[in-house]
Amino acid sequence: MDIFLQQIINGLVIGSIYALIALGYTMVYGIMQLINFAHGEVVMIGAMVTITCINFLLGHHFNLSGPALLLVGLLMAIPVSMVLGYTIEKVAYRPLRRAPRLAPLITAIGVSIVLQQLAMLIWGRNYRPFPAILPTEVYSIGGASITQVQVAIVVLTLLLMAGMYFLIEKTKMGRAMRATAQNPEVAKLMGVNVNHIISMTFVIGSALGAMAGVMVAANYDQAHAYMGFMIGLKAFTAAVLGGIGNLGGAVLGGLLLGVIESLGAGYLGDLTGGVLGSNYKDILAFVVLILVLVFRPSGLMGERVAERA
Amino acid sequence: MTEVLLSISGINKRFGGLHALSGVALSINKGEIYGLIGPNGAGKTTLFNVLTGLYQPDEGQFTFNGKDLFRKKPNVVVEAGIARTFQNIRLFANMTALENVMVGQHVRTHTGVIGAVFRPPKARAEEAAITLKAETLLAYVGIADRAEELARNLSYGDQRRLEIARALATNPQLLALDEPAAGMNPKETDDLKKLMEKIRDDGVTILLIEHDVKLMMGLCDRIAVLDYGKKIAEGIPELVKNDPKVIEAYLGVAPE
Amino acid sequence: MTSTINSAEFRANNLKTTLVLGVIAVVLAILPWALGHFFESGNSWLRAVDFALLYIMLALGLNIVVGYAGLLDLGYIAFYAVGAYTFALLNSPHLQAVIPEWLFQPNFFVMMLIAAFVAGVFGVLLGSPTLKLRGDYLAIVTLGFGEIIRIFMNNLDRPINITNGPQGINNIPAVQFAGYDLGRPIEFLGVSFEKIHLYYYLILAMCFFIIFVSMRLQRSRIGRAWVAIREDEIAANAMGINTRNVKLLAFAMGASFGGVAGALFASFQGFVSPESFTLMESIMVLAMVVLGGMGNIPGVILGAVIVSITPEILRDVINPLQQALVGRKVVDPENLRMLIFGLAMIVIMLVRPAGLWPSKQRRAELAPKTKTISQQENDSLQDAERNHD
Repeated sequence: MDIFLQQIINGLVIGSIYALIALGYTMVYGIMQLINFAHGEVVMIGAMVTITCINFLLGHHFNLSGPALLLVGLLMAIPVSMVLGYTIEKVAYRPLRRAPRLAPLITAIGVSIVLQQLAMLIWGRNYRPFPAILPTEVYSIGGASITQVQVAIVVLTLLLMAGMYFLIEKTKMGRAMRATAQNPEVAKLMGVNVNHIISMTFVIGSALGAMAGVMVAANYDQAHAYMGFMIGLKAFTAAVLGGIGNLGGAVLGGLLLGVIESLGAGYLGDLTGGVLGSNYKDILAFVVLILVLVFRPSGLMGERVAERA
Repeated sequence: MTEVLLSISGINKRFGGLHALSGVALSINKGEIYGLIGPNGAGKTTLFNVLTGLYQPDEGQFTFNGKDLFRKKPNVVVEAGIARTFQNIRLFANMTALENVMVGQHVRTHTGVIGAVFRPPKARAEEAAITLKAETLLAYVGIADRAEELARNLSYGDQRRLEIARALATNPQLLALDEPAAGMNPKETDDLKKLMEKIRDDGVTILLIEHDVKLMMGLCDRIAVLDYGKKIAEGIPELVKNDPKVIEAYLGVAPE
Repeated sequence: MTSTINSAEFRANNLKTTLVLGVIAVVLAILPWALGHFFESGNSWLRAVDFALLYIMLALGLNIVVGYAGLLDLGYIAFYAVGAYTFALLNSPHLQAVIPEWLFQPNFFVMMLIAAFVAGVFGVLLGSPTLKLRGDYLAIVTLGFGEIIRIFMNNLDRPINITNGPQGINNIPAVQFAGYDLGRPIEFLGVSFEKIHLYYYLILAMCFFIIFVSMRLQRSRIGRAWVAIREDEIAANAMGINTRNVKLLAFAMGASFGGVAGALFASFQGFVSPESFTLMESIMVLAMVVLGGMGNIPGVILGAVIVSITPEILRDVINPLQQALVGRKVVDPENLRMLIFGLAMIVIMLVRPAGLWPSKQRRAELAPKTKTISQQENDSLQDAERNHD
């Protein structure tokens, strides 16, 4: 088996999930210059709801195929996450739009804690296995293997990104979003309902997040109340790496981060003669981030983002 | 007997494809008020930013008082003796007027962390001197009674004055003012003119960018005119005013 | 009250301040006994207070970086870790064989200086690559550094065992102070002081020192330069402030406070391990600063006390309350208390966006967030600089 190719494939799979979550961060940031720290929790809730839903259907002997079960689960999880995203913005961020910059950051952290604890109260402290309903077939490409689920993840991510591109660039709402990102005050004067646009940004980002959450759970066969924190952190790193506020940057950053991590896990030990093992792979993501930012202070594809200290 | 304080030559500055300054040369004499005028987009503010270290020119020479200031950082330029104000007032909005002026003295004072924490007599004396000088300067520009007010709460005219006081706090030999009269009414402009003359009479050379041509003609000892990033005229106001190239630059047609 | 301060009023104010300070001093002095007297588990409360004092030091350190200089640091806990591990390595038998004898178990004050210095050096090292970054880019890079340091501590047991990996370093002895071992009870005037009492006074004293340093720095040439950079970096530079050095100084000072707190923590706890220095801890310290009132020393202290003590109070309150109301344990009290804590953070921020006890400047700052002309100019200047570099 070709290890290099295998690591690249694994990296692209996890990287496309990062990218999907990073889109949620970067859209919100582009419009409000806010780090939505609670986004990782939305991802986690999406995964949890889907798992619960599938288990419920399985427990009540609905005779559905695996993908159909997953679809029903997703159709439950996506609206839940959308409502959640909408509520978070309305309750925790909207009242603070004119507040000092760090205030919404703290409410975001508060929301994050609350959602984590709620998830623990509802779903317990243990790992929830992802129900074994999905096909386990493995394809082989040039000596490396890729599961059907992984193929589905990559394909679905690509479709979602194409959809996002269409939404942002070709629709009226997308134009309003771009206008709001440029200058909310002027957008308002031009008749854009800025509040509505911001709400929609959260709703769309949360929907993407929920799907990403299910992908994470399906890829690792499990979900956990704390999973949102780490995956959110990685995705945010990806968004900054690509240039926060830039959708293409989020995708690039996500894929890059996934591949770097994956290669790091595979080769770090060999490259350093065993001094640094694969347990340093998390460092790698940050080292790359820091290097990129030192030389390109606004990320790989970043335009200048207005500083609002 | 005139003595050159600042001189630049061959200054080029490009932003991407835009040639903002090309081959600009000028010299400012000690003790004069030197004006810089030109139509919008002529490169006045770019040149101003080059002279105060905010932009690094691509080529050229820049000496001040015998020191080479070519491509030096703003704080080095200030230390050499050039202080500035901003076209769009940039005060430390959430500090008091007094504190703003105290910050201006940073470059001429020395107390470090140890001195700040243990306050030996030397540090105490320096701090007292900083406060005293700040109060004096606020009185000098005429806003002594606003010392404890946050800078953001001052009126527009007072903010302009505070910016001048803050710049003077750096003990400059050259004070560079970027459109100080913008947005002022005739009375305020007149007061400002008196203030600038007072500063000049107290031995500080002044570089001035201003749109108000009438003010410039009455105030400046010499004037340079920029157009499309080039210096097209320089001299005493009377001569510059009647220079055909200047009239063309402003009116778009050559005089008959 | 700019010009006419009535001298009688002034003296009255002075008297009031002295009185308040006196009361605080007495309360703090007898606190260990009061806790022991009123609570069954007085010692665990005293422990919580000791930690609250450590958090005050951390919050004041971070306040220099975030509150004064306006640099959003999400990896601050790394400096706490550096201080703690420095103390552990120099005092525990773990590295005794390698460390030169004169450096092993140094005198308390020397140790504090070493911890502050090492953490300060780390502050400069981690600060220097971030100088060009602003706002949220800075936040994510500092966060990255925090994680890098933690991961190294977790893994530096191989190839040479320095940090002992995830197990951490133990057998860290208590501080020796003026010939006394703070790890053993000391008899004084017929009263026996236990370790936890002794440490309370030691940490309290250090905490007061840090508060003192913070106050002195705030009202100094250096402190003003920090605030000037926070307010407008370009203008600060144009007024002759060497923004690079002054920012690095902020990182170094903030880090050194963290280093001192970390050293005390290591010695108080007796062991250190990487799990004490997670990102969540960094975020909590930031929450203390912002909730309390950025830039305002009393506010930051208040924030540190509230954020560190509230979960402890909830721990004691929730279970009995649940028993009394429902008669049985319905939900895990551990989850419930963190849930309430999270909600409290949200509510406090919504009600008081500038923090519980903001400085008078911050209170005035709730102005519209639209981009001002000077900010736009700022952007174009930065663009120009970047193009040029």
